[in-house]
Amino acid sequence: MNSLLFYFFSILAIASAILMVTRRNIVHGAVFLITTLLATAGIFLQLQAEFLFVVQIILYVGGIMVLFVFVIMLVNLDVSLHLVQFNRMKFVSTILAVVLAGHLFAAFWITRNSLNLGPRGEAMMQPRNTESVGQALFQNYMLPFEIASILLLVAMIGAVVMAKRKV
Amino acid sequence: MNHVIPPSIQAYVLPVLYGVVVVALLPLLAGYIVLLERKVMADMQARLGPMRVGPHGLLQPIADALKLLIKEDIVPEKADRFLFWCAPVLSVTMALLAYAAIPFGPVFQIADLNVGLLFILAISSLGIYGIVLGGWASNSHYSLLGALRSAAQLVSYETAAGLALVSGLMLAGSLSMKDIVQAQYDQGVWFVFVVPVGFFIYLVGSIAETNRAPFDLPEAESELVAGYMTEYSGFRWALYFLGEYANMVVVAAIATTLFLGGWLRPFARYQDHLFGTSIELLDLLPTILFLAAAAYCFWLAPRQPVQIQKIVMALVGGLCLVLAAGMTGALFAPDAVRLGIHGAFWFLAKVFAYIYAFLWIRFTFPRYRFDQLMRLGWRFLIPLALVNVIVVGTTIVLQQNWEWRHPMLSAIVTTAIMLGVAAFLAREGSAPSEPAEVGEGN
Amino acid sequence: MPIPIDRYLFLSLALFSIGVVGVLTRRNVIVMLMSIELILNAVNINLVAFSRYWGGVSGQIFAIFIITDAAAEAAVGLGIILAFFRNRETVLADEMDMMRW
Repeated sequence: MNSLLFYFFSILAIASAILMVTRRNIVHGAVFLITTLLATAGIFLQLQAEFLFVVQIILYVGGIMVLFVFVIMLVNLDVSLHLVQFNRMKFVSTILAVVLAGHLFAAFWITRNSLNLGPRGEAMMQPRNTESVGQALFQNYMLPFEIASILLLVAMIGAVVMAKRKV
Repeated sequence: MNHVIPPSIQAYVLPVLYGVVVVALLPLLAGYIVLLERKVMADMQARLGPMRVGPHGLLQPIADALKLLIKEDIVPEKADRFLFWCAPVLSVTMALLAYAAIPFGPVFQIADLNVGLLFILAISSLGIYGIVLGGWASNSHYSLLGALRSAAQLVSYETAAGLALVSGLMLAGSLSMKDIVQAQYDQGVWFVFVVPVGFFIYLVGSIAETNRAPFDLPEAESELVAGYMTEYSGFRWALYFLGEYANMVVVAAIATTLFLGGWLRPFARYQDHLFGTSIELLDLLPTILFLAAAAYCFWLAPRQPVQIQKIVMALVGGLCLVLAAGMTGALFAPDAVRLGIHGAFWFLAKVFAYIYAFLWIRFTFPRYRFDQLMRLGWRFLIPLALVNVIVVGTTIVLQQNWEWRHPMLSAIVTTAIMLGVAAFLAREGSAPSEPAEVGEGN
Repeated sequence: MPIPIDRYLFLSLALFSIGVVGVLTRRNVIVMLMSIELILNAVNINLVAFSRYWGGVSGQIFAIFIITDAAAEAAVGLGIILAFFRNRETVLADEMDMMRW
């Protein structure tokens, strides 16, 4: 059952990702990115990261992607559907990406037997994920938390200033 | 109940069964909430409402559903066919998915998630896509404007509602819906009496979340020709409508669980028994309510003008008597059955009271203009919700760490501080009398 | 029987490489931004998988910060795209080649 769910979510994620980068219509691409992000949230739930599962849906799918869809609707030109979608470097880029992927795949494949960290991982899993995430966030990682909030404030101000019409 | 049913069935078959029941009953329930709304609207406007289809209009939802099913399915010429099909389906799916985490009683829950409350919040935030993609796919100006306005409204009020939920959550100490109701039982008080301002913020936020009046500018007929739903007809429109009313029930269920005590009866810890038996006095309240309803029906029956209405009124009275007998019988059943049935009764009663408040507010207040709406959300509700979280957090820390043990005084002081802040913010939140320029504002 | 960790790493690798292909080959800047989000998600899966297999919660905390940063970056990036679109009427990376007219 566990592996069935894992294969379902991973096939959904990979298929949606491939569909997203190949769509001519950007709104369809955004919808497929939403499906990919939901599949990723499912993977998080499978890894027993419950808080991250919900945060992924609320923030990524319910926040960032709404932003993307709004901007796509504002800049979508009808004429752009008939233009060339892929740039002039597409073959070189694809070969490069395949080489990179092959390199990393070789690295993972060679070391695959030493990655099973087994019982230590099982024993240390906290039963209440949200509570342990909250405690770690506010005790050990308090400084990055405050820095992240300042970062969000700066990003908010920057985005508002840039998107305003200069009257 | 845990020892009676083998764990394998309990883990897999029961949730599927509950899920099937919810999905099968929900369209019927949504249809009858529509009928209830029309009858309540008529009553508040001193008229009768639907009376023709079936006695007292009771078969009206079935007639409406049939009409919508056999209507012609019109797709605009340049509409994006994939998204045009997808958007109502998305809206309904998200509304139904939220039912997975709602506790209808101590027993009837499809899945008791550790993060149940956040899960429902996440699913509600996914409902925006049904609206935005539907407005875009229709390829029409009214639809797109209505969809963008509706999405902006939803995103704004979702923040305020979430922060109001956080203030109730701090009192409960857990995200699991069952634990939240259990915490209200343990503390002996419904959270609405401890954080009334939080409940008020959630009430306003949930009205805006479900696009109900007075926040229904994006779909009002006189404003934008039904907004993002303009180009949808027949069954697709029925799906949007179903999603909207299912969403209303979900939001009412969250408010009931978090603030109104969930499936607890009033004064849940008061245990005065009836004349030496093991029945608690307050557990007879459902029976008394149903008997009163039956008496009212039987009193009304001879005064109906038409024969069929007399018969149906008498039948409804009989149904109330049967329900009263069922409630009393459940008191003698084993614990799980008694808790299950009475818990479900109180939960549904509170959900319907909340929905009645929605209907009442709809027919009382005039509609908000869009800039007034955004101003209210961003400049009044969100600061108020933030201050609410800070004040409630401070009070809890005072109670737990510094041994301040006066709960009623804390509640009164908290509410007084919040009302002061609200009075200060209200000057910000009221819009100027001339409308701001839409879209080009600086 | 828990799933061995290398499956999660292969999934993360697949999503990462699809994201890299998307960034390098598409002309439309918005699709490039969406592919960057895909890359960030692949990294998140990697982090959470290791957090699960080592016990402890640091990987998930790091993933939360990555999501926060992705939100900030998306907001600023889309603001830039909107401002550029207002001036030059294009969102294709090939055509964004002059600083000032």
